[in-house]
Amino acid sequence: MHICGLREVILQVLAVLLLFLQHKGGGSGPAAGASMLWKLSKRPLPIQEQTVKDEKGRYMRFHGAFTGGFSAGYFNTVGSKEGWAPSTFVSSRQQKAEWQGSRPEDFMDEEDFSEHGIAPHEITTTDDFVSRRRNPISEKAQAISSMQASFPADRLLDFLVPARTSIGVELLKKMGWKEGQGLGPRVRKRPKAETRTYGCEIPPNSSEESEEEDFHLENVTFAPKDVMPVDFTVKDDVRGLGYQGLDPLQALGGGSEPVHINLFSAESDRTSSLFGGRSAGQQRKRGVAGQAFGVGALEDEDADIYHRDTMSNYDSVLGGEEPGDGLYGWTAPQQYRRSQKDTMKDASYLGKILEGFTLASKAAETKTVFPPPVLPRDFKPVHYFRPVVDSSTVSPQLAKALEMSHGQVSNQPLQQGSRHQLDSSQRRELLGESSIKGSAAAVIVFKLCTSGVAAAKLMAQRAQSRRLLSTESVPSPETEAFTAWNSPTIDISSAFRPFEKNPHKQARYELYISRLKQGEKDALDQSLDPTMTEWERGRERDEFVRAALLYKPRSSCLASRFTRSQHDEDDPDSVEVTRDQENNVDDKQSAVGMKMFGKLTRDTFEWHPDKLLCKRFNIPDPYPSSGIVGMPKVKKDKFSVFNFLTVTDTILEEKSVSSTSTSQGRSLPSQAFLRLRNKHIKFWKSH
Amino acid sequence: TFCFCPLSAMTIDGNYLLTCGSDKTLRLWSVGRGTLLKTYTGHGYEVLDADGSYDNSQLCSCSSDKTVILWDVATGQVTRKLRGHAGKVNCVRFNEEASVILSGSIDGSVRCWDTRSRKMEPIQILDEARDGISSLKVSEHELLSGSVDGRVRRYDLRMGQLHVDFINSPITCVCFSQDGQCTLTSSLDSSVRLLDKNTGEMLGEYVGHQNKSYKLDCCLSNKDTHVLSCSEDGHVYYWDLVEGSISLKLPVGKGVVQSLSFHPTEPCLLTAMEGSVQVWGAVPEVKEEAAD
Repeated sequence: MHICGLREVILQVLAVLLLFLQHKGGGSGPAAGASMLWKLSKRPLPIQEQTVKDEKGRYMRFHGAFTGGFSAGYFNTVGSKEGWAPSTFVSSRQQKAEWQGSRPEDFMDEEDFSEHGIAPHEITTTDDFVSRRRNPISEKAQAISSMQASFPADRLLDFLVPARTSIGVELLKKMGWKEGQGLGPRVRKRPKAETRTYGCEIPPNSSEESEEEDFHLENVTFAPKDVMPVDFTVKDDVRGLGYQGLDPLQALGGGSEPVHINLFSAESDRTSSLFGGRSAGQQRKRGVAGQAFGVGALEDEDADIYHRDTMSNYDSVLGGEEPGDGLYGWTAPQQYRRSQKDTMKDASYLGKILEGFTLASKAAETKTVFPPPVLPRDFKPVHYFRPVVDSSTVSPQLAKALEMSHGQVSNQPLQQGSRHQLDSSQRRELLGESSIKGSAAAVIVFKLCTSGVAAAKLMAQRAQSRRLLSTESVPSPETEAFTAWNSPTIDISSAFRPFEKNPHKQARYELYISRLKQGEKDALDQSLDPTMTEWERGRERDEFVRAALLYKPRSSCLASRFTRSQHDEDDPDSVEVTRDQENNVDDKQSAVGMKMFGKLTRDTFEWHPDKLLCKRFNIPDPYPSSGIVGMPKVKKDKFSVFNFLTVTDTILEEKSVSSTSTSQGRSLPSQAFLRLRNKHIKFWKSH
Repeated sequence: TFCFCPLSAMTIDGNYLLTCGSDKTLRLWSVGRGTLLKTYTGHGYEVLDADGSYDNSQLCSCSSDKTVILWDVATGQVTRKLRGHAGKVNCVRFNEEASVILSGSIDGSVRCWDTRSRKMEPIQILDEARDGISSLKVSEHELLSGSVDGRVRRYDLRMGQLHVDFINSPITCVCFSQDGQCTLTSSLDSSVRLLDKNTGEMLGEYVGHQNKSYKLDCCLSNKDTHVLSCSEDGHVYYWDLVEGSISLKLPVGKGVVQSLSFHPTEPCLLTAMEGSVQVWGAVPEVKEEAAD
């Protein structure tokens, strides 16, 4: 026989076998024989030959599906000619019936066991002969051929299977290889694993190595380590590398605290996480595990049985939680962001800088510390006010001694011209300050004394004392007056008018003052009245000078530090009253008695409402420019009882005055009377 | 509790009644039903006078404890406690827009307090009176104050003038007429006088009642047809305005009828007497009592 192909050879062998089998008359496959031969000869089967006969040669009736289907049995009956015979049941005392559990195979017939039956008896390869590697090509060929021909002969190909282990493995085994060993020449020593040692490092000692050598016998070789097989399975899904997926036991485990499930873990071995980290005792032994299946009495589940799984347990973003500070990308606004140059500076700073802060651009101001003055060794912090010495009552030597005293016993001998004996003017010269305009003391004098005589006395005293003390020449009163008034800032109108009673004299005096102010040195002579006699002129001159000195202008250096009091202490006899006064009360009363209301009983006054009050009442301010609130007030002389209490003759005078006046009992005293009274009082005061 | 009720006041729209008691409380009643709506406590001594704002959202009251209190009606809270008077405050009034509280005291001053700002000082102090202020009324642009020194002072804000009318006996009550042309004053000489506002002339004098020692109220009816006054004999006297004759003598009770208030639009009268307030309707026999 010429071998043209393996397949033809096999087919021919099969055909021979078929014929042989058919010839034997055995129950071969239903109707396949003729058609098979026809197929082999490749001639079309006529219709009348296209019949289906079972193994007994019976024409088959197909009930159910066309391909294959099941006949109802023996001429549509079951079993045999005689029918289906049940199994017999015999049980006697000697022979007890053995219950043989009926298997489903008891109720099946041959057709059920056939290829298209419900329990086909297939011929499969045993495990010994099953090849490890799947061969998809051979499997496909098998599938196609089994579809084409329902002939179990194809299965005979499966007889030709390779051995279970590969040849290479068998060869290795013959050479002495064992499972788990590595491949390659044997080595003397086991290579040391590169493990990190924590703690004390073993000092490299040759003795230790020799120890190991001694430990091992010579000529002992070891097999090299086995190589871990790389998994070459093709990745055919679109999940990430190392993706495991959710472990259902862990996901719906409902542990006591929500555990973060990591979908991409470093471990490639998945078995450890198969049971979700639950200990062996925790796992359910029986039944179904899961959320919905309750906690038994013996179980230790502490979990909330109504645990609701929340989406917060699951990641929606790869890469774990948001790192760090939870700012979620918020950056500080401009003002808080550290600029580039600041960070440079900060880098050079050695200390720790708080967050959000940066080094200052300007250095902090260094405070200038003024050390306290150096005290002399003999300094005593007690000030002694020199007593005012009335030179007339005291001898000049005593006066001088008093002037120079400190009030304490001093160790040092008295020195002439020591700095404690200086006058303010001397000090001024020493310090080089400019002299102030006018003498300060005179201002105080003006305030304290109203009487001109007392002032003049004091002036003389001062002049005397000054002559005693210093050697400088006393400046003439004229020049003094000049210095006092020579200032553009002086306000003449507010100055005291000493010559009120004599308007002409006052006018001349004012002229003199104004000339002084402008700086004319000989103002005095110019402002004198040429019509007066020489003597009078001289007297006036002196008066003017003295007045100018006494009633110094208020804008002198020290006087500018004083201000007029509000309550007019220098004018205790007047008080502020409303400008508009009521009419006579008695008139009103009589008018009321007569029921004549109207002009007699009504008074109208000017009254200024507060601006805010007008605003609140929604009314335009009737006096928008006025600063007064309420009724405008005027100064009026006070009517005080105490003014009457002191001098008897004045009281008498006043009584007579009052009786002659035409006023009524309770009415306010008239202006003229008051002026008279005041004049008397002033007269008394001067005494 | 029985308490002496010196004053009652009707609010502007005539629905509510305010009573001030010597039990240091202020009470708000509904006129129609006669029910107590709210009690306001906060004064240290007896409450002497009260007034409501135009929108009924605020009340002001004054007391013998020298303070004026501004209340919030709904919550009953003290909004402001204004101190400044030197003696007990006799009378208190809101201005038209409730932006100023005016209070008159026994120390002779009328103080104008600002409700809008948080200032505790008065905007202006009017201290022209020489004796205590017994009564105070406010109109759109005028303040009317009656003092125990026998003078009625009318401060005209628009003109910037003060008009003083001499009555010669201590004044117990002053009020404006509805048309704003006249002022009514009652004084301790048992007479009520109607004065012309511009000239000060007396337009009418009403006598017959008794007013010698107590501060009694007087008022005009809603259409200015009648003059009413309380009396110490337990009656309320009605006079015809034009004629001056007594048209009605309303018997209220045994004691002194202290306070009187007329409804702004309807013929309805409130009287207060020793612990109870009576509401009188158009028909005088109809009487409803609202006891404190």
